[in-house]
Amino acid sequence: MKRIRSRSLSDRIGSFVRDWSVPRQIAGQSSATKAAESSLSRGLRPRLEEADTVGTNICPYCAVGCSQLMYAKNGRVIHVEGDPRSPINQGTLCPKGAATLGLMTMPDRLDKVLYRAPHSDQWEEKPMDWAMDRIAHLTKRTRDETFVHKLPDGTIVNHTLGVGSLGGATLDNEENYLIKKLFSGGLGMVWIENQARV
Amino acid sequence: MPSLGATYGRGAATLAQWDLANSDFILVMGSNMAENHPIAFRFVMHAKEKGATVVHADPRFTRTSALADIHAPLRAGTDIAFLGGIIRYILENDLWFKEYAMEYTNIATIISPDYQGPDELDGVFSGWDEDSKSYVLDSWQYEGMKVPSSLAEHHATTTESFDETSKSTSEGPPPQDRTLQHPNCVYQIMKRHYARYTPEMVERVTGCRADTFLKVCEAMTRNSGRDRTGAICYAVGWTHHSTGVQMIRGAGIIQALLGNVGRPGGGVLALRGHTSIQGSTDIPTLYDMLPGYLQQPHAYRKHKDFDQYLETEQTPTGWWHNFPKYAVSLLKAWYGDHAAKSNGFGYEWLPKIVGDHSQLPMTMAMRDGVIRGMFFLGQNPAIGGSNSKLVQAGLAKLDWMVVRDCADTETASFWKDGHLVRDGDMRPEDIGTEVFLMPGSLAGEKDGTFTNTHRLLQWHDKVVDGPGESQSELWFIYHLGLRLKDLYAGSEKERDKPMLNLTWTYPEMGPDRDPSAEAVLKEINGYTWADRKQLTGISDIKDDGSTACGCWIYSGVFPQDDHNQSRSRRADGPEGPGTHLGWGFAWPENRRTLCNRASADPEGKPWSEKKRLIWWDEENESWTGHDSVDFPKDKAPGFDPDWSSHPTGMDALDGRSPYIMIADGKAALFAPSGMKDGPLPAHYEPLESPVHNAVYPRQSNPVAKRWEEPDNQLAKPGDPRFPYAFTTYRLTEHHSGGTPTRSVPVTAELQPEGFAEIPTELARELGIGNTDWIVISTLRGEIETRALVTDRMQPFRLAEGRVVHQVGMPWHFGWKGYATGDVANVLTSVVGDPNTSMHENKALVCNVRPGRLTRGAPTRGDG
Repeated sequence: MKRIRSRSLSDRIGSFVRDWSVPRQIAGQSSATKAAESSLSRGLRPRLEEADTVGTNICPYCAVGCSQLMYAKNGRVIHVEGDPRSPINQGTLCPKGAATLGLMTMPDRLDKVLYRAPHSDQWEEKPMDWAMDRIAHLTKRTRDETFVHKLPDGTIVNHTLGVGSLGGATLDNEENYLIKKLFSGGLGMVWIENQARV
Repeated sequence: MPSLGATYGRGAATLAQWDLANSDFILVMGSNMAENHPIAFRFVMHAKEKGATVVHADPRFTRTSALADIHAPLRAGTDIAFLGGIIRYILENDLWFKEYAMEYTNIATIISPDYQGPDELDGVFSGWDEDSKSYVLDSWQYEGMKVPSSLAEHHATTTESFDETSKSTSEGPPPQDRTLQHPNCVYQIMKRHYARYTPEMVERVTGCRADTFLKVCEAMTRNSGRDRTGAICYAVGWTHHSTGVQMIRGAGIIQALLGNVGRPGGGVLALRGHTSIQGSTDIPTLYDMLPGYLQQPHAYRKHKDFDQYLETEQTPTGWWHNFPKYAVSLLKAWYGDHAAKSNGFGYEWLPKIVGDHSQLPMTMAMRDGVIRGMFFLGQNPAIGGSNSKLVQAGLAKLDWMVVRDCADTETASFWKDGHLVRDGDMRPEDIGTEVFLMPGSLAGEKDGTFTNTHRLLQWHDKVVDGPGESQSELWFIYHLGLRLKDLYAGSEKERDKPMLNLTWTYPEMGPDRDPSAEAVLKEINGYTWADRKQLTGISDIKDDGSTACGCWIYSGVFPQDDHNQSRSRRADGPEGPGTHLGWGFAWPENRRTLCNRASADPEGKPWSEKKRLIWWDEENESWTGHDSVDFPKDKAPGFDPDWSSHPTGMDALDGRSPYIMIADGKAALFAPSGMKDGPLPAHYEPLESPVHNAVYPRQSNPVAKRWEEPDNQLAKPGDPRFPYAFTTYRLTEHHSGGTPTRSVPVTAELQPEGFAEIPTELARELGIGNTDWIVISTLRGEIETRALVTDRMQPFRLAEGRVVHQVGMPWHFGWKGYATGDVANVLTSVVGDPNTSMHENKALVCNVRPGRLTRGAPTRGDG
């Protein structure tokens, strides 16, 4: 913090009155323009001025489907606000939607793959490639061990009851499509569910 | 949503949220809309400003109640008694919209002479089989005619028992008595069925005073007719019951009787809780359906091969007659060149289900060791799943599990600091589950579409990369698929064919080889197989293998190679029609109001100038108006089928059939098929209730799903150990299982800690002060939390002076993040609605005592 230079009392009162917006408003200046200025606000610049990217986002919380404008600078989100064009939210957001920036930048945001070995009492970091290979291997192993081609009566079922998946209501349609396609159409999983029943 | 599906033909909100501003009356019930869907609630307030009456019927007094004209308090789980009372009021006072309901609903249709209702059969409908605890549906049918359900999920169960010689819907119109005098016409059956739902009975059962209830009835019926419309908004306050589907059916019946559906400001709005929960039902990560509400093949139904599957699922009349086109084109999208007419388009590679594989039995299957590996993709069942301790016991039995989320979750860390470890039941070294916790990208960090609560697909842009190693689910599932394809490469086994034959080629982008979300959406929209031309809409989809389409109801969202309609952002100006057809894409075919043929009278004219939406243009012989038309564009209002030619599909529906997905084109006041627990809603008490059923001798829904086991017991009705009603709910500042808000500083600061609301009278009785610690217990477990003593929770005064106190608790909290609290779902049980397997966490019974829990002691309480 810069030390404030000591000035005479009359100096300070004088500059305060000149800087104070109320007398200027009473004098007829608009509170939306000149009369809203102060020595502090004159030095401020809109945060969005520095943004190098803006995109249209949809709020990730409930299903109302509010549109958001998302501003970024140097690959980092700096601001999220309601999109005034949207016929749903017309620029507004609720407390959750307004916290979208906080969600994206929260201190505990997970950014690495964590692994817990059987019977271990701690997490350990693992490389993504290793985890992907291991998950593919486990998926195949469990599928192969539990796969049923035909029931005893001859009905072809082509399914596994050994692997399940839960989740989807927070995801994109494209993601749900590939999940259902791979898990059901490829692997034969039948325990596929999401938040629709919770 | 089978309820709206069985009633109107599609299980989705019938109107857009912004259209609520055009309503003259709005009932919010089973929802705390002002707090949980605040932005949508603005339209309710717009309507109110313009003079609409707003009613909130809910067990709790909330901000929604505070902003409503009338708050009607009712005991949790008694909504059908309330709605049944409204139906009786409408019929007894002859206040239904006759021109609408006579033409557009099945009110005049004659039902089988074998039908009997619960008023005649001690609380069950005809067809009840006590041994199998299920219904045979023959006696619910139209007289001499079988009526297939519009719900993919229920086609087979409701047609198996039919007499094959009975008449099909393509052989003539349903039998009707338009004088409504026939004792078994729907009108007379409904009058008998609801006769006992008098205002006095409503008060005895729900605790809502008869005069308040009557005010609601008066306001509702006053706002029906040519010039006025009303809407009903509901949320999980209805679905989370063992009778949840029938509650929504009750709303469906009322809206059809009052002639509100398909019209501006009218209809039923389902307010859903997750950003794309509608999308994940349309393109279902659900066990029982394929994309577009096609039935997942079932081992015990007539689904043996593709021909049999099509024969079973294709309805003779109505839109679902097109079923084969959608099934063939889906298989083509999945198996490509390997899907040919000669092999039933690869139908056999689809897995067949063998029963209920939904989340509740999934919990049991984990605990029982049937499921050995699990993927949790943005879902946190340790908090959101019923009977949380049982869920965690299931996780401990798995060989491996993958959790993908934006932060550590209670589910991912159950082995470290979950209830099993905290309560001393298990130590981490006893738990053999191999756990992967992977960082997931959020919207803004990936491209894609969400489908909102009113069926609107909206594209969101990738603006930045997710932090560190975060990846989208699209990336994860695509690269997992590539690895699995490698692992299975070269296999000659029959069982590995689906994996090998699955089409899995998507353009990759960037250094992380991100699959293109646009390419996936193009496949969902569909294209011609030979030359990869985008389909322009549903009518382009073929049943001969020449088209591939991932989800037929979404066709039209990407109609040209360079036109992504979900990304379109052209809203109507203030002078525009206000349907906003240029903003995003609403399924099907960009229709904003479903069944909008009903916005015109039987002759095709708008019911009134004020309520115009679409109408018949005599000159051009076509339907036209402000919305995309949900009806064959050139079918004249006066059209009648030529029954001598045994018409099929849409040819069998007359020009006055707005409900095109239903086999006879009419809204089903009486549902001859599609419901497992009755053709009309009847009041049953929740499976756990402090009182006995005052309406019927049957206590609870006889078909409800129960899994009563030592770790999932239910209290008997009126059990003195658990004297209080208990309900769960959500807060504005938190989201579902809590991961995306409890770890976010700003939302955590706004709602920092768990609590339970208890009525002032009860707090005084038990010596509990505001913010004191209390212990809440059920037969499943005990938890501790802070008491919020409030007059917002009012005791209910029921029959014979009985007073029932009610406790309410938000269920978001857990032990991760900044905002923490005990887990409400430790108290709840694994039970389900028979139609949807939806749990009943909105109505159970509990005990309350002041004080704290001693952790480490056994927590399975006996009260």
